[in-house]
Amino acid sequence: MYEGVVQNLIDELGRLPGVGPKSAQRIAFHLLAADPADVSRLTEALKEVKDKVRFCRTCGNVAEAEECRVCRDARRDPHVICVVEEPKDVVAIEKTREFRGRYHVLGGAISPIEGVGPEDLRIKELMTRLADGTITELILATDPNLEGEATATYLARLVKPMGITVTRLASGLPVGGDLEYADEVTLGRAFEGRRLLDV
Amino acid sequence: MPHAGRSARREGPTLESVHVALLELQDFRSYRAAEITFDPGISVLRGRNGEGKTNLAEAIGYLAAQNSHRVATDAPLVRHGAARAILRGGVVRADRRALLEIEINPGKANRARLNRSPLPRARELLGILRTVLFAPEDLALVKGDPGERRRFLDELLTARAPRFAGVRADYDRVLKQRNALLKSAAAHRRPPGAEMLATLEVWDTHLAKAGAELLAARLDLTAALRPLAAKAYAAVAQPGGDAPDAADAVDAVETVETVDGASPGTDGTGATGPWIADLTYRSSLEGVELSTDRGKLADALREGMERARRQELDRGVSLVGPHRDELSLTLAGLPTRGYASQGESWSFALALRLAAFELLRADGDDPVLILDDVFAELDAGRRRRLAGLVAPAEQVIITAAVPDDVPVELSGAAYDVAGGAVTRVR
Ligand SMILES: Nc1ncnc2c1ncn2[C@@H]1O[C@H](COP(=O)(O)OP(=O)(O)OP(=O)(O)O)[C@@H](O)[C@H]1O
Ligand SMILES: [Mg+2]
Ligand SMILES: [Zn+2]
Repeated sequence: MYEGVVQNLIDELGRLPGVGPKSAQRIAFHLLAADPADVSRLTEALKEVKDKVRFCRTCGNVAEAEECRVCRDARRDPHVICVVEEPKDVVAIEKTREFRGRYHVLGGAISPIEGVGPEDLRIKELMTRLADGTITELILATDPNLEGEATATYLARLVKPMGITVTRLASGLPVGGDLEYADEVTLGRAFEGRRLLDV
Repeated sequence: MPHAGRSARREGPTLESVHVALLELQDFRSYRAAEITFDPGISVLRGRNGEGKTNLAEAIGYLAAQNSHRVATDAPLVRHGAARAILRGGVVRADRRALLEIEINPGKANRARLNRSPLPRARELLGILRTVLFAPEDLALVKGDPGERRRFLDELLTARAPRFAGVRADYDRVLKQRNALLKSAAAHRRPPGAEMLATLEVWDTHLAKAGAELLAARLDLTAALRPLAAKAYAAVAQPGGDAPDAADAVDAVETVETVDGASPGTDGTGATGPWIADLTYRSSLEGVELSTDRGKLADALREGMERARRQELDRGVSLVGPHRDELSLTLAGLPTRGYASQGESWSFALALRLAAFELLRADGDDPVLILDDVFAELDAGRRRRLAGLVAPAEQVIITAAVPDDVPVELSGAAYDVAGGAVTRVR
């Protein structure tokens, strides 16, 4: 245990994903020894991200306005929605340049172990978007692991009665992993070869 | 003359001979550092209790299957006070040498190298070396819970086709998720809402899919093991059973092929000799005819879950699926649990391992046999007959605290295990 403020910093850092107690301590002491200007830039960036960035009210992606860049872009195909788990998946898919529709970010995947059920994801918002009949295809691009598959199954069953085409990214993605770990070519191909999902 | 019988047994040209030529341990169990070279044929590791013989058997088993026959977690495998253990195995397969290396990091993923190149996953080493390990713990195969026998089946599946490690892991993961959901539903104590049921159905689908694959494979495997286990049991247990007519026992099992799942031997067909060992796969899907068609099995599993819905929601656990199944064993028509003697139980356990060995051989591989302390509980006849059965293998590694327990048929190279070192003495 260190003096109050130092320990506070270590505790806060330790709550970040992927940062264990050892790393938290290392980062804290690095910051203590760092040039004050460097630390100010970091605090500024942290503050700005919280002040300026929010979540798109339509799709749940990160946005600097009410809506994200993709939702505001009139050239994007309004008939196709690609469903992903996290904003970082939007970035991964955008890099492939294969997809010209809109997104919907769920904010995770169904996982009872972690206490995440459908009601904890942005599924109601998705159903609202689908209600007006504009959308003709829903691409389910949740992660190629069990929880992602289960979420895709759940959504497909929910949406099927609405007469919307539901597709799933082609296999070939590294199984068990995160979407973001797939390279652009693989992910692009998976989009190209997406298949109808029957449930 | 350990090699004499080998060529005689090697019927097909497809059988690839495999043996461990080198074993190196670093901070594994009681060993700080040790290096042992082996020849094909028979090697006997001798030493007093607690000197580290089983540790060596375990190390070879770990190089093959990446699990221990004694413990479920890796922490005990690392020498007390050390951070990680390293195992190296020089494996000679059809005159080509491969160097397998595994770094055991408890709580973290193991790291593996093949011929000094790092592999992305340690799992990729599976299948290069196959072993069949006989150990005192095997008694639990006969006397223990159904889980022991399920594990036996699943480990054999993985030894035959490493991808089953993934199938098993997928199944366990779905099961955990589904149980978590059922548990939270049970905790709420009020009728589950529509959303909850819809979510549960999703997990039903995934459990059925993964479960059907596992179930189909286990059913296939049981069908293949059944005659081999019967034959092996008779060969070990029946006086004169190593003679060719041990095949009679197999015929006997086959003539009482069960009608409507009744256990053989109890239906008055007369095939009730004390050497008649049989095994039957009993699924949690009661009253359902089991084919090995995965689509049909998945449907049956899903229906089974629907039937058990209320009970599952009440109890908060999954009650249908291969995790609830049983491989039931009978001797002369009587269940082994509660009936079989110590020596009979042990002989049945050996028969299951011998059957696994035969099956792997039929796949075209000659697994290395490891016999850890297996002779002590057997009478002289059974010892001799077991020796006759294992001697022809490409490589047999035997441990014994009392060297005289090892039948003369199995006197090969001898090693003394003492004081943390292993020395070849013959
Ligand atoms: N992680 C570990 N670190 C240090 N020592 C260990 C570790 N695990 C086991 N040992 C020691 O290894 C010894 C047991 O070795 P092993 O089981 O191989 O004995 P053995 O020669 O087979 O004996 P027996 O004839 O009784 O079967 C014990 O003394 C035990 O304390
Ligand atoms: Mg021992
Ligand atoms: Zn948006």
